[in-house]
Amino acid sequence: MVFDPQLAEIRFGSGLSPTLAPVTSADVMLARLQGPDRAADHFPIAKTDEILALVRVFAKLRKLNRSKRTTPEAKLAEKAFKRFRREYLQQRDLWFRQLLLRHVTTQDGFRERLTLFWADHFTAKGKNRAMRPLAYGYVESAIRPNITGRFEDLLIAALTNPLMLHYLDQFRSRGENSALSRRQGGRGGLNENLAREVLELHTLGVDGPYGQKDVRQLAELFTGLSYGVEKGFVFDQRMAEPGAETVLGRVYGGAEPALAPVLQVLRDLARHPATAAHIAQKLAVHFTQDQPDPDLVADLTTAYHDSGGDLLEVYTALLSHATSWQPELRNVKPPFDFLASACRGLGVAPALLAGWTPKQIRRGFIAPLKLMGQDWQSPVGPDGWAEADAAWITPQGLSARLRWAMAAPQRLVEPLPDPLGFAQQCLGARANPGVQFVASAAETRGEALGLVLCSPAFQRR
Amino acid sequence: MADSALSRRTFLTRSGLLGCSLAASPLITPVSLAAAPWDQRLVVIILRGGMDGLDAIRPYGDVNFAGLRPGLVRRAGQPGQEAEVGLDLDGFFAMHPDLAGVMPLWQQGELAFVQAVSTPYRDRRSHFDGQDLLEAGTMGLGERRDGWLNRLLQLHSGVAARTAFAIGHGDLQLLHGAAPVSDWSPDADLALSPQAERLAGVMMQDDPLFSAALSEALALSRLDAEQVTTGAGSAAQPQGMPGVTPGKAHLKLAEFAAKQLRGDTRIASFSLNGWDTHSQQKRGLGAALKRLSGCILALKQGVGPLIWDKTAIVAMTEFGRTVRENGTGGTDHGTGGAMVLAGGAIRGGRVYGRWPGLEEAALYNRRDLMPTGDVRAVSAWIMRGLTGTGQTDLEQQVFPGLQMGQDPGFLR
Repeated sequence: MVFDPQLAEIRFGSGLSPTLAPVTSADVMLARLQGPDRAADHFPIAKTDEILALVRVFAKLRKLNRSKRTTPEAKLAEKAFKRFRREYLQQRDLWFRQLLLRHVTTQDGFRERLTLFWADHFTAKGKNRAMRPLAYGYVESAIRPNITGRFEDLLIAALTNPLMLHYLDQFRSRGENSALSRRQGGRGGLNENLAREVLELHTLGVDGPYGQKDVRQLAELFTGLSYGVEKGFVFDQRMAEPGAETVLGRVYGGAEPALAPVLQVLRDLARHPATAAHIAQKLAVHFTQDQPDPDLVADLTTAYHDSGGDLLEVYTALLSHATSWQPELRNVKPPFDFLASACRGLGVAPALLAGWTPKQIRRGFIAPLKLMGQDWQSPVGPDGWAEADAAWITPQGLSARLRWAMAAPQRLVEPLPDPLGFAQQCLGARANPGVQFVASAAETRGEALGLVLCSPAFQRR
Repeated sequence: MADSALSRRTFLTRSGLLGCSLAASPLITPVSLAAAPWDQRLVVIILRGGMDGLDAIRPYGDVNFAGLRPGLVRRAGQPGQEAEVGLDLDGFFAMHPDLAGVMPLWQQGELAFVQAVSTPYRDRRSHFDGQDLLEAGTMGLGERRDGWLNRLLQLHSGVAARTAFAIGHGDLQLLHGAAPVSDWSPDADLALSPQAERLAGVMMQDDPLFSAALSEALALSRLDAEQVTTGAGSAAQPQGMPGVTPGKAHLKLAEFAAKQLRGDTRIASFSLNGWDTHSQQKRGLGAALKRLSGCILALKQGVGPLIWDKTAIVAMTEFGRTVRENGTGGTDHGTGGAMVLAGGAIRGGRVYGRWPGLEEAALYNRRDLMPTGDVRAVSAWIMRGLTGTGQTDLEQQVFPGLQMGQDPGFLR
């Protein structure tokens, strides 16, 4: 293995920066990953509890607004609700800015990349206006602090977060023989959604060794996992199906519903060999190429398996493998990573973005992301964003990238950098003759910068 | 996600065959490499937000109707005051006044409606889930990751990327899947300066993925620019941040669809928003219906008479709305709704569907129009007629679990 500092920033981080020196070794990358989360400290984002408190206010004001429709206070109530709703939704744009600035300024880029990776692996989103902003708190509370621990702890944190329970309809799933169903004459019922996705997406993989019976049994075992806006995560015994369930041949739980067997099944699923292979494959694809080297996948699987799913061991294997340092750039950056690495490469000043209004953030970043095919925090399904390069570089997607790249630098840096210097600086050794020619032959500085940002050399990693 | 990646890759491979070297090729000649699998045209329009089928196609002949909608539909009461039930269709149903633009189509038998239909979605009344189910075309949520229109394509040979087009920025899940499809939005146009265009081509020429996408983006942008006669200067104008063009964006979608349908494209789909009318429905629904009728007319004009005769437009929504007007001049999320059918291939001039009635006991949960038909069955019969797809395939593959029943004869 030949460690390449520039490649480390491009392939495993947020790209090269004009002001920050590239990381010097894989050991330093792993050490920083285990150190304090400086980027999160510098650019804070609200956690689940704080956002749930806002959801409570949202619900209270909405209720007040609805109940007072014909009274004199109606106008006031409506005004209060609308103002809160607007500010609450705008707050998301400011959290987006914080996230972007983490990528622009960090010296621990691997952490940012792993956070995005795991947030996507455990895709969850709010299904109504009140819950939508929780996507930020979910990543902050359930994903980010757990990416260096054991996979089973990450799995449990993600699955017990209110957003996941809301997104995959778990919070209202109840057993047919649960206390609540019996009392209410069979109203409501079992929902298999979360159980199915846990097996198919989060652990064993779609080709994993499970059947519909396992899905059904796991769904029964999951009954009781719920949340409230007041308490956050709860295990509600009244909703739980009594009796034992059998998942992958192992019996969980007894007569009395309890949380412990639910956590046990998750730990068992996390340590299953199929899960090791599934996670290894996904990591290899994400950090190297669509068709990864089988030897790399095998190494990662072994590291996962031998360590019982210790993610640091898996990352160590990833950074130790020769394939990870192959100099050719393969994977295409997804839209967010493209924008973030462009801002980092341009050396965008945090103070400049701090002055942007939520509306400017939306226009400058969030709307263009949607045109590039990544409707931020709103992926189509629980399988998250596409990993294949060809999914992003479509005519429509590339067009949106080019348009953004031509227009954005003027708004983000003053004065505009010299294009040739910029190409050498943000591409390093990968500033090939084609890019250098383009950087010097464009008619305007803005066009030159836009073309450099859209070069395959910049868009791949 | 793997599915859509596959389809795009197939598309790009095909684009690559065009031999698009930017320096050498003018790029603007669309080349047919494969004969289209059939000759009829299908346009699917998703009306997002839950169209109030009872206000669009008003059952004024039902004795209960006026009483349920006192503010939305005023009937003649006093002398000298005209009836405002809308534009009479058949003595029982009347069209919303803002559909006046498509009245000539009704008279020519090129416009029809289907009343009291829905997907299998019940009770929760969430737009999000309702649209997911509408586009998945399944009995329940989460059964399939691909969409029904893509599954139709998967059943046919000779399907190429341009056979089906997803148009606009809205995500059209009904076209997701393993079969190749194209996507483009009229406002995705690249207006690079000639120099920047040439340089971009040079820079990407060694990367097949990028050069194919760039060629196609430039070709589609040029195709789109052909009909805009605002002068030659547009290409040199500075680019703004990409954003959705305001104004008559819906007409651009329809015009772009029509242009594709004149060529190799057999299926085009796009969505229209703005149907969620919880308050001041008179204004909101009127504007939305005008957009829809504008789209239908733009499609008719855009494809020309020959292709119009082979075209079926099917507009559908995730659910209908409450039969009772609410306290703010609107309606809330309901169940049974309506579909709009148009085109020269449609046997129009009639309102299809079995009318359930509006008396309290006939309503769904005493609140919504009772669905008596399935949106999927309507779509299935139309696709059967246009594409020759077998009924078993439609019931098992395209819409798993559907029973199509008797052919209502939507097509000429």
